[in-house]
Amino acid sequence: MGSISLSHVKKSFGEVQIIPDISLDIKEGEFVVFVGPSGCGKSTLLRLIAGLEDTTSGTILLDGVDMTKAPPARRGLAMVFQSYALYPHMTVRDNIAFPLKMAKAPKEVIDQKVEYAARTLNLSSYLDRRPRALSGGQRQRVAIGRAIVREPKAFLFDEPLSNLDAALRVNMRLEITELHQQLKTTMIYVTHDQVEAMTMADRIVVLNAGRVEQFGSPLDLYKKPANRFVAGFIGSPRMNFVDGPEAARYNASSIGVRPEHFTLATSPAAGTWKGKVGVAEQLGSDTFLHVHVDGLGLMTIRTDGDQTFSHGDDVYLTPDPARIYRFDAAGLAL
Amino acid sequence: MARAASIQTRIGFTALAWGIALLLFAPILWTILTAFKTEAEAIASSPTFLPQQFTLENFGAVQDRSDYFKHAFNSIVVSLGSTLLGLAIGIPAAWAMAFAPTKRTKDVLMWMLSTKMMPAVGVLIPIYLIFRDLRLLDTLHGLTLIMTLINLPIIIWMLYTYFKEIPVDILEAARMDGAELYNEIVHVLVPMAVPGIASTLLLNVILAWNEAFWTITLTSGKAGTLTAFISSFSSPQGLFLAKLSAASLLAIAPILLMGWFSQKQLVRGLTFGAVK
Ligand SMILES: Nc1ncnc2c1ncn2[C@@H]1O[C@H](COP(=O)(O)OP(=O)(O)OP(=O)(O)O)[C@@H](O)[C@H]1O
Ligand SMILES: [Mg+2]
Repeated sequence: MGSISLSHVKKSFGEVQIIPDISLDIKEGEFVVFVGPSGCGKSTLLRLIAGLEDTTSGTILLDGVDMTKAPPARRGLAMVFQSYALYPHMTVRDNIAFPLKMAKAPKEVIDQKVEYAARTLNLSSYLDRRPRALSGGQRQRVAIGRAIVREPKAFLFDEPLSNLDAALRVNMRLEITELHQQLKTTMIYVTHDQVEAMTMADRIVVLNAGRVEQFGSPLDLYKKPANRFVAGFIGSPRMNFVDGPEAARYNASSIGVRPEHFTLATSPAAGTWKGKVGVAEQLGSDTFLHVHVDGLGLMTIRTDGDQTFSHGDDVYLTPDPARIYRFDAAGLAL
Repeated sequence: MARAASIQTRIGFTALAWGIALLLFAPILWTILTAFKTEAEAIASSPTFLPQQFTLENFGAVQDRSDYFKHAFNSIVVSLGSTLLGLAIGIPAAWAMAFAPTKRTKDVLMWMLSTKMMPAVGVLIPIYLIFRDLRLLDTLHGLTLIMTLINLPIIIWMLYTYFKEIPVDILEAARMDGAELYNEIVHVLVPMAVPGIASTLLLNVILAWNEAFWTITLTSGKAGTLTAFISSFSSPQGLFLAKLSAASLLAIAPILLMGWFSQKQLVRGLTFGAVK
């Protein structure tokens, strides 16, 4: 249970076409992440699946059943909102119980499921509080609790962690991943944080201007980006791109090298590209060097944290020849 | 300190506020005082401030001549009935306008408001004829209906503004949780909008209670409300000034008390702590 299949889904708001044409097959039990820059249509796509927006054309199948025109209440999906969207006038208990009440579950079943969800999510001692009296992380848990009690076909998350602080985000990320491993229910997770995408996803959908740029496993996207956009979007710090005559030497319109795929030398003998260190970001474990390369512009290089560099140092860079990505004039990978 | 320097100003403003309030209250105070005077004293050429001969006989006379309790009952039925009916229509209407707007929603809202700018006499003849032909003249349900229609634009406008404040996410969450439209409105929207709905209710009860034009023209004996009751005591000769005052006092007392007690309720707000 929980396969989701979109075919030729299109969405326009008035005259503006937000999603030109998307087809996607999400397998049962998969954890799929939608990533892409702000405004690319991630939330819109998720809301189309949820039924909160109507498709302009195309079909949406849930478990093989055409649900394109079904209202959200009938689709059997659960959603966790960025704003949590808890019911402010209800206690935590009633918030979590709400979907079960809507499904007309008997009272004992409701109580039992709410207790169970609260225990799983460490909310047992807050059941009689109102959402107002909870911290952001607790509210997020209530929102998740409300989603899991109804045993949906799939969970939809729209940037659920973006209102939390960094430490809590890491925790919740793990909790959601663990939840997925426990429940084995299909999850679609929208984020623009590519670390979340890489660490949580079975497969990632990279969206750009309402189009799917690539759909594949995190390592696929990292190792075999289909085009320049994906290459630039996946990986942190982002890939360095070079075009012009230097790219032509590799028979490409442009080439890309990830910051981690360079060897770095301080003597001219071993270097292909020469540059001067601009800023050195020393994180302890790694050092990120922002190097002004002669004739090629600014590049980011990752090196281990043991060497120290300072502004103005001369460095010589050699890209790992096996890991140079080549792109044609249209940006497609060669 | 800036605060200290403004103390005079503040005293000045306080005095001014009291002055204006007293000025506004003066006619009501005068009515109250006159209600307890004899008719002779009430029209005396050198008016007295406090009743010289304190009397309650005006109230008795008013009740004898024209049944106060029947009119009060009618007022309650019409004002509450029209407000509840108005809310029953207005809540779904305001939901649609606030959460499922179309290109024309703003126009519809403006159009509804524009009907309130039209003088009521403009439609007196058609409405009177319709009421006559439908046998609604001098009936409580007829009066309730017209009062609902008159106040519906205000009800919808008020609810619309309150609903606009409610984050749509929460309603969408309810939809995702399996709530059909009815449950979404009854279990989520309405409880969250309680303060707004309460103030809409109170204001409309007051408006309907005080409405005089339609109640006087569309009723005679049976369905008359308190405004019709008051008007039956006004006479050009001024012989009934004390009784008119007593009638007015009786008519406004319930609504004044209601306004007084519901002040806090009107002001109290629910904060939406669930949305960041
Ligand atoms: N109801 C709407 N009416 C008109 N345009 C809309 C509506 N909702 C979204 N859009 C537009 O659709 C585009 C995609 O929006 P969407 O919210 O899906 O982006 P997103 O990828 O989720 O971005 P973010 O990462 O900032 O959340 C945006 O340009 C937005 O302005
Ligand atoms: Mg979004």
